[in-house]
Amino acid sequence: MPSFFRQIEQKTWWKRRPKILRNLSAKIAALPMIAVALVGFVGCSVWSIVYSFTSSKSLPKERFVGFKQYDRLFDSSRWQTSVENVAVYGICSLVFSLVVGFLLAVALDQKIRFENTFRTIFLYPFALSFIVTGLVWQWLLNADFGVAQVIRDIGFTSFELNILSNRDYAIYAIIIAGLWQGTGFVMALMLAGLRGIDQDIWKASRVDGIPAWRTYLFIVIPMMKPVFITTLVIIASGIVKVFDLVVALTAGGPGGSSELPAKYVYDFMFGRANLGQALAASTVMLTTVLIILIPWAYLEFSHKKDSENG
Amino acid sequence: MAEAVANKMQGPQGPKPKRIISGRNIVLYGFLIVAALYWLLPLYVMVVTSLKGLPEVRMGNIFSPPMEITFEPWVKAWDSACTGLYCEGLKVGFWNSIKILIPSTVISIIIASVNGYALSFWRFKGSEIFFTILLFGAFIPYQVMLYPLVIILRELGLFSSLGGVVLVHTIFGMPILTLLFRNYFAGVPDELFKAARVDGAGFWRIFFQIMLPMSLPIFVVAIILQVTGIWNDFLFGIIYAGTTNFPMTVQLNNIVNSTQGVKEYNVNMAATLLTGALPLIVYFVSGKLFVRGIAAGAVKG
Repeated sequence: MPSFFRQIEQKTWWKRRPKILRNLSAKIAALPMIAVALVGFVGCSVWSIVYSFTSSKSLPKERFVGFKQYDRLFDSSRWQTSVENVAVYGICSLVFSLVVGFLLAVALDQKIRFENTFRTIFLYPFALSFIVTGLVWQWLLNADFGVAQVIRDIGFTSFELNILSNRDYAIYAIIIAGLWQGTGFVMALMLAGLRGIDQDIWKASRVDGIPAWRTYLFIVIPMMKPVFITTLVIIASGIVKVFDLVVALTAGGPGGSSELPAKYVYDFMFGRANLGQALAASTVMLTTVLIILIPWAYLEFSHKKDSENG
Repeated sequence: MAEAVANKMQGPQGPKPKRIISGRNIVLYGFLIVAALYWLLPLYVMVVTSLKGLPEVRMGNIFSPPMEITFEPWVKAWDSACTGLYCEGLKVGFWNSIKILIPSTVISIIIASVNGYALSFWRFKGSEIFFTILLFGAFIPYQVMLYPLVIILRELGLFSSLGGVVLVHTIFGMPILTLLFRNYFAGVPDELFKAARVDGAGFWRIFFQIMLPMSLPIFVVAIILQVTGIWNDFLFGIIYAGTTNFPMTVQLNNIVNSTQGVKEYNVNMAATLLTGALPLIVYFVSGKLFVRGIAAGAVKG
């Protein structure tokens, strides 16, 4: 109802001007946004999708070859490795950062001392560049002088930790570094979610004699569903983009075993001058993100509509 | 929404602890302290490694404090470390980053604040649709837009220049910043705006004389968000800035990952710390505002 009135009001305000001139300053002010939305985001994405069907090499050419680039993409063992890696990276990061982030948030929510100090410590890596994170962990995981040497010094003289130079484990180094950087962020979101919950829940559960862990598991977590979903979408769309971290930590090595899709696109686009292939890969990335995003946006949107009507 | 999130961060809540030393507290603080040590360890190792001489780094334990403190690695990292071809240290990258950072932050915030204001008080037909597209843009993988932007910048004569990278930062900063300002202005009472309209103030006058003075805190949040984000960027810097304008992160990666011969781990760690210094200072100084910034970036309104 109120929005209906507002509409009428606005209409009477601008009654006498021709339609396009109404609200002209606002339209001029919004031009950069419109340009970015249409030319930048929509235009560029459409361009990339269209040219992913061409055989463009170092320069874009309108020689359309159908799904050939995609066939080649899915046949490429490097792309397969990239996809496997991003799946492993994605699942591990999601599970660990959500579990650890939630546990840290719950621990910080127990009226503890030094809450601010702890929170500052858990969140500071999030302020750093992925390059910085990657390089620190490269040093910590150094097989000769890093943590491995410390463990050897303690007495386990034959201890080996060469995950950075092992084809099977290099991706886990990236996961460890990524979690170190991102878990604090999840914690901050979860903490905000916990603080947003009606505190009478706690009184009620205490009256009923329900232990705290059960209250968290069966009451608080279901109540925090929107926070979890939002966090999930944010982490997931971040996972698809991971690029700097691999470049700094492993450069995709050893032997291309820790490649990720974002790096695949970059390498084919700027290193190997195989534009069509890079654009096909980026289109697959876009499709994946849309598959995650559209159901979420739909849920969010329909939910909002309901609450506005009700 | 962002404000609500920040406010909720303030008071500790949840069930009350009973005794100071109890099994529950031991587990709780034990967990927190172990976690805190794990999170602090890399920072500690960076600092001690950067203060050791190279022989000590190679001999000793990465956790042991330096026996002899030396600032030579820091001087070398800043002044003479080699990035492949040139041996000019990180200082070049630092100044490039500053040159990218200041115009990008200023321009993107000016545009986004006006946009957010227009979207809250001066909606026009289609404005919400454009805004939705803009928000979707925040989630689109950058990889899809990299090459078309190369073409656009080349046409504008901005490819491989500071101007180009500034424009790219402005574009990709726009969704989050516009959302931030829109949500902030949405919280401003409508009556205030209507009163000004009745008094005959127009679009710009209301913006400069009423909205700007009362939205200082959100500008600080936006500055924090942009400064840390742009400083930490690697992808746009390496593609659009051009070799002579490489930002600090790109140069840092070149110093550490493209050295041939003896790896100077202490210089590498000093360089890493130097690159991380600015966002870390921003983070430690701004405290809760930083949290508010990232929460605003994350939690939709």
